[in-house]
Amino acid sequence: MSALVEVRDVTKTYRRGGETIEVLHGIDLDIPRGDFVALMGPSGSGKTTLLNLIGGLDAPNSGSITVDGQRIERLSSGALARWRAANVGFVFQFYNLLPVLSAQKNVELPLLLTSLSAAERRRRAEIALTLVGLRDRARHKPKELSGGQEQRVAIARAIVSDPTLLVCDEPTGDLDRATAHEIMTLLSMLNRDHGKTIVMVTHDPKAAEYAQRRFELDKGLLV
Amino acid sequence: MKYLPLLWAQLFRKKARTILTVLSVVVAFLLFGLLEAVQMAFESGADSADAKRLLTIARYSIIEPLPMSYAPRLERVPGVVAVAWADWFGARYQNESNAFPVFAVDPARYLDMYPEFEIAPAQRDAFVKTRTGAVAGRRLAERYGWKVGQKLPIASEIHTRTDGSLDWEFDLVGIIDAEDPAVRGNTDMVLVNVAYFDEARQFGRGKTGWYIIRVADAEQARRIAAEIDQMFMNSPDETKTQPEKEFAVGFAKQIGDLGALVTRILIAVFFTILILTGNTMAQAIRERIPELAILKTVGFSDRAVTALVLGEALLLIAIGGALGMTAAVALMPSLNEATGGRFPPLYVAPTTWLLAAGLVAALGLAVGLPPALRVNWLRIVDGLAGHR
Repeated sequence: MSALVEVRDVTKTYRRGGETIEVLHGIDLDIPRGDFVALMGPSGSGKTTLLNLIGGLDAPNSGSITVDGQRIERLSSGALARWRAANVGFVFQFYNLLPVLSAQKNVELPLLLTSLSAAERRRRAEIALTLVGLRDRARHKPKELSGGQEQRVAIARAIVSDPTLLVCDEPTGDLDRATAHEIMTLLSMLNRDHGKTIVMVTHDPKAAEYAQRRFELDKGLLV
Repeated sequence: MKYLPLLWAQLFRKKARTILTVLSVVVAFLLFGLLEAVQMAFESGADSADAKRLLTIARYSIIEPLPMSYAPRLERVPGVVAVAWADWFGARYQNESNAFPVFAVDPARYLDMYPEFEIAPAQRDAFVKTRTGAVAGRRLAERYGWKVGQKLPIASEIHTRTDGSLDWEFDLVGIIDAEDPAVRGNTDMVLVNVAYFDEARQFGRGKTGWYIIRVADAEQARRIAAEIDQMFMNSPDETKTQPEKEFAVGFAKQIGDLGALVTRILIAVFFTILILTGNTMAQAIRERIPELAILKTVGFSDRAVTALVLGEALLLIAIGGALGMTAAVALMPSLNEATGGRFPPLYVAPTTWLLAAGLVAALGLAVGLPPALRVNWLRIVDGLAGHR
């Protein structure tokens, strides 16, 4: 498997008040195409920061991040937004759906940035919802769905533009055990059957078992 | 257009708050529409003024009459193509509260001077030929139920007849009107034939209130005005001649500077709306920071999210503005009816709509820009932190 994600000597610092906090110290990481990786570690270890850098939500202070041959830390804000829209799907712990939109419209959101017709956007959103088993809930608003269903909608939104990479931040963190199992099964299916490369941050060892590889971070270092 | 459903859904996220905010904008634009209409009605005289018309009055006061013998001298001034005159009658009809302007005029000269007044040719002919003839503005005639052919008994507060009576009687021979609402306000009057009036009055014969002068070239109007005043300098009846518009504006300002008053009221109203709506928008956006961060996460650029927030503010103000202006238009007929024609006709002019559109844009930008800029500068990771 060729490396889809190459992280080289990445450092990341934040300023809190007058203090500079180094969150990541010279991280090196390769994630091959089609891999399913779990990033684990205690709170404050830097795993979400690393995930944000890989997903292009934040920029490193030094080092490089290459995704599918693209040095994303060099991209401008606008170019990075376009890159994210085309290449990355995001799944968060608290689903982050827009409460005013139906499940269907939430899934269509990333497609608004494309030149697809309204009918084509609708069709693709329906396919994504069918894939996550929520075709019959398309018209429901997030508050009318259970936590597990909301997360499925979020996953449908993440895959609707057919990105290569899925970035998941504690996708089961807000779910009960049985629902967490369903979500992880769904992510595994996307990895196995649809070739999605998945990078997942989790505290949950059970969820991490679904990943092909696990990495531990501690105090900003891969251990 | 594809973003409109998203904008709409975001705008009505909290229906009660949005509806109340829209209502406050509706009230502001309703006030704007109404006050602009009132201002326009007051200034309609000036707006419909013809640049080629001059008004000559007595130098020191408009209530001082001028000799009718000035007419041929005025006609001989180079550049003058027509001269008409009018005298203030000071009328009341039936009782003190029914007061309206009545002017004693030379029918043909006066109607030729104001071609914007519409009158049926046969009625015009009758007015010219009937010494006791009178014509009335359509709204005034409708207000008092006058019909062409009836006697028109009018009392004057100024002019007595030769028998000492203040009661006059004319024959209503025609109705004047105007299609342009700005001109229609100027037809709220009665014109009576000066030939009969001058002969039948006890005092002031051979005198008139003012002259209206048409010049061939508007560019020459000021020169001609100066020449006329120079011509009568040091005579017992010195004159003051000025363009009709200047006269109308000056006359309107005798009531008060309505324009300045309206502007001040509207500034206060819109400043309040700006604060109120600005606060609501800021609060609405503050509550949605994580959602806006999600839009950026899935690929919306900083500029696109900024435009969405601005669009939301503009949509909010535009809805309120459109409803407010529509309400103002809808209220006009009943307001005009309520004034019973005592006031120039109120209407929402195209320029008022244009001004309203400009206000919507300015207010939308002022209200939307601060939260839009905040969103523009929002770092995704900071925005998402609100959901963690």
